[in-house]
Amino acid sequence: MNRSQSYDWGMHNPSGCGISSLMSVKKNMFRGHLVVRSLDNMVERGNGLGAGYAGYGIYPEHPDHYALHLMFEDEDAKRFTEEYFSSHFKVFDDEPIPTRPVPGIRTAPIFHRYFALPKEESLGNDASERGADEFVVNRVTEINTNIKGAFVVSSGKNMGVFKGVGYPIDIGHFFELEEYQGWCWIGHSRFPTNTPGWWGGAHPFTMLDTAIVHNGEISSYGINRRYIEMFGYRCTMMTDSEAIAYLFDFLHRKQRVPLPLIPAIFSSQFWNNIDMMDEEKKKLHLTLRQVYGPALLNGPFAIVVGHRNGMFGLSDRVKLRPMIAAKKDDVLYIASEEAGIREICPEPDTVWMPRAGEMVAGFYEEGLQ
Amino acid sequence: MKMIQPDFRIEVDQDKCRKCGRCVFNCGFGALELKERIISDPEKCAGCHRCVTFCPEQAINVELNPLSFRPNDNWSPFLIKAIYKQAESGGILLSSMGNDKPYPIINDHLLLDACQVTNPSIDPLREPMELRTYLGRRPEKIDFEKNNGGFKMKTQAPNTLKVEVPVLFAPMSYGSISYNAFQALCMAAKELDTLMYTGEGGLPKELYPYGDHILIQVASGRFGVQSEYLNIGKGTQIKIGQGAKPGIGGHLPGEKIPRHISETRMIPEGTDALSPAPQHDIYSIEDLRMLIYALKEATGYKPVCVKIAAVHNVGAIASGILRAGADQIYIDGFRGGTGAAPFITRDHLGIPIEIAVAVVDQRLREEGIRHLGTIVAAGSVRSAADVVKLIALGADAVAIGTAALVAMGCHICQKCHTGNCSWGIATQRPELVRRLDPEWGAERLVNLVRGWEHEIKDVMGAMGINAIESLRGNRERLRGLGLDSETLHTLGVKAVGASMG
Repeated sequence: MNRSQSYDWGMHNPSGCGISSLMSVKKNMFRGHLVVRSLDNMVERGNGLGAGYAGYGIYPEHPDHYALHLMFEDEDAKRFTEEYFSSHFKVFDDEPIPTRPVPGIRTAPIFHRYFALPKEESLGNDASERGADEFVVNRVTEINTNIKGAFVVSSGKNMGVFKGVGYPIDIGHFFELEEYQGWCWIGHSRFPTNTPGWWGGAHPFTMLDTAIVHNGEISSYGINRRYIEMFGYRCTMMTDSEAIAYLFDFLHRKQRVPLPLIPAIFSSQFWNNIDMMDEEKKKLHLTLRQVYGPALLNGPFAIVVGHRNGMFGLSDRVKLRPMIAAKKDDVLYIASEEAGIREICPEPDTVWMPRAGEMVAGFYEEGLQ
Repeated sequence: MKMIQPDFRIEVDQDKCRKCGRCVFNCGFGALELKERIISDPEKCAGCHRCVTFCPEQAINVELNPLSFRPNDNWSPFLIKAIYKQAESGGILLSSMGNDKPYPIINDHLLLDACQVTNPSIDPLREPMELRTYLGRRPEKIDFEKNNGGFKMKTQAPNTLKVEVPVLFAPMSYGSISYNAFQALCMAAKELDTLMYTGEGGLPKELYPYGDHILIQVASGRFGVQSEYLNIGKGTQIKIGQGAKPGIGGHLPGEKIPRHISETRMIPEGTDALSPAPQHDIYSIEDLRMLIYALKEATGYKPVCVKIAAVHNVGAIASGILRAGADQIYIDGFRGGTGAAPFITRDHLGIPIEIAVAVVDQRLREEGIRHLGTIVAAGSVRSAADVVKLIALGADAVAIGTAALVAMGCHICQKCHTGNCSWGIATQRPELVRRLDPEWGAERLVNLVRGWEHEIKDVMGAMGINAIESLRGNRERLRGLGLDSETLHTLGVKAVGASMG
């Protein structure tokens, strides 16, 4: 989406925030309002300038279609985007994303969702799932960069993102999240230190099935961005969270770095620790740091990432932002504060404070090998 | 008749002077004489302060000769004197050290960022702060395989060189500098766990034990190149050019080639060692590739560095070098030092290192290959601030030459080519060389780099960065003050006052 006069787009937004998330490894369903309540209990972590949610498993009627959530500034943008769609995608179903009026939200863009697959002739030689994924990523980048007034909020399968400018409770009500059922929800409450007031700038940020919420300000943004742009990504939103989403997509989907090794890149071990590892492990960490050093996320962050096979939480290498985790039966919770977890799970089996750079990961049992 | 009046004036306070003669003994240029009192010949004075430093009574001082030409902004005294000299000799005017002309210094127009509120600064005295850097080539990607519950790399670990601090010692050949200065550099590189480049003069056999901290240079003169020498270091360096004199080879006058130098360089004693301008087996990029791989073959695939001067088309040249198989690209800016160079090349050829690093880093990114190799920047790295700025512009590490010599006593008097260095650095006269104690020199080099290390950690901490790889190429943390927009654009740096994004 091009920057327009009406909004202040041109800022990189250092921010403090609140995050909350829950997932069932057995894919038991929760209604969307739970994660909203959790964030509402940490309301002081945001300032009403942004909140958002990602729900997984919410479109059982379209499990294999790309669920494209779009945001339009006006009907022209919508019409133009739909023309663009018709030449690249076969759209199986589309509808406005239901919203209800909420006192705290005065103006909102147009939201519409499309369930679609790339046209076979558009895919060319590579009709594999990876080829289709790559195609969707490229079209999403194209829409976000080139079509004025249009923005792809999410593009995964059987998942969707709902986000905007407002407090978490308002955004939750606005999108009628209690009507959705999903096996994993991640949410974010925003405290941007500038005043951008743009709906697309709220978290989560997504790339296909990956949705990321982020509390922090990356002091390495300059190089993270230059690194990821070397591989064709375009950081259009000027936020470090966007850069993290692309880095994750690049490392995990394109470079096929196994998920458990992602922390060794994003929050890499200190050389002193690496020096003390056994030979095999040392070689691995040494190589990861040398090869993917520009992807190291320096400075304070706590992120929760939802993806096709589960969810994980990670903090920076010295843990400059809070992150707490809990388990109850088949459900994993990750949030900024224990208060956020206790609100929706008063008596967890265990609650713990993950260490700096330690990944807390949950995988769906059916997906485990 | 003397057309050219001396640059300096030597003032001796005859009341304070005890006529001990120490100043006379210390002057390598023969500018002082003890008769009934100290007599000076200011024409020979280099302004190196050796006499001032060693006078026990502080009775001697060296100052600029106040003799003035009629002010003229076009005809500077330097130009007028140059014409007198050439009208007399018909030759090329020689000098040493780096370009001293008043071109803008970009590093002095760059400002660093610091964290406030939204992002905490980090205290390097209390928390880890990592400067360790690996130089060399990396694979495009790492392949993994599952291995009893964990993951194992299928890709071979990259063949890189570790330095604990991203400050290396620039190539200064044995011959241009003394054995003692050379040895001090070796000792300091070892102590600091960093690397030094030999320069084109070979490596004296006695210093082979320092091989683990040395990169072996192969220059157009091929001085001292033999198989044991090639293999004693951690890697090799092909010298194409030098910042102080791009496009011409090294010049070592015969006066600086006594027996030991001649043995190390494998040339006759007392002959001028004039390196050819190009490497005569490299007339093209494909020729460079052949030499890179010849050296790799000869050394069991140790990393190869290619050193070039920063010239106008440096971006494309560096890209070619990386694609030709080099592990390291060493770029020497137009202010880089030398032991001898014509004024015209020293002062008028090349471009600033800041621009060169910015252009090369950006070009390699545009081609999608920046992450595959390493950039070492040199050519007047004067302080820890310069190190930080060059790394933020895109260098992996820097190399210091002049700064290292200054640490050992050099006063940048620009007379290296005369071989009379009173400080025992750029000379081969045994009585002068003896003045520089290698251990003393090494200690001062180590102190300097350690001091810089502390300073680098301090500003990284202020920026909220605890690993140098997050500073590298992170131009977002730089702002330009007083630079024109074209220069800012080339540097990829915003003007002061611009916010992030």
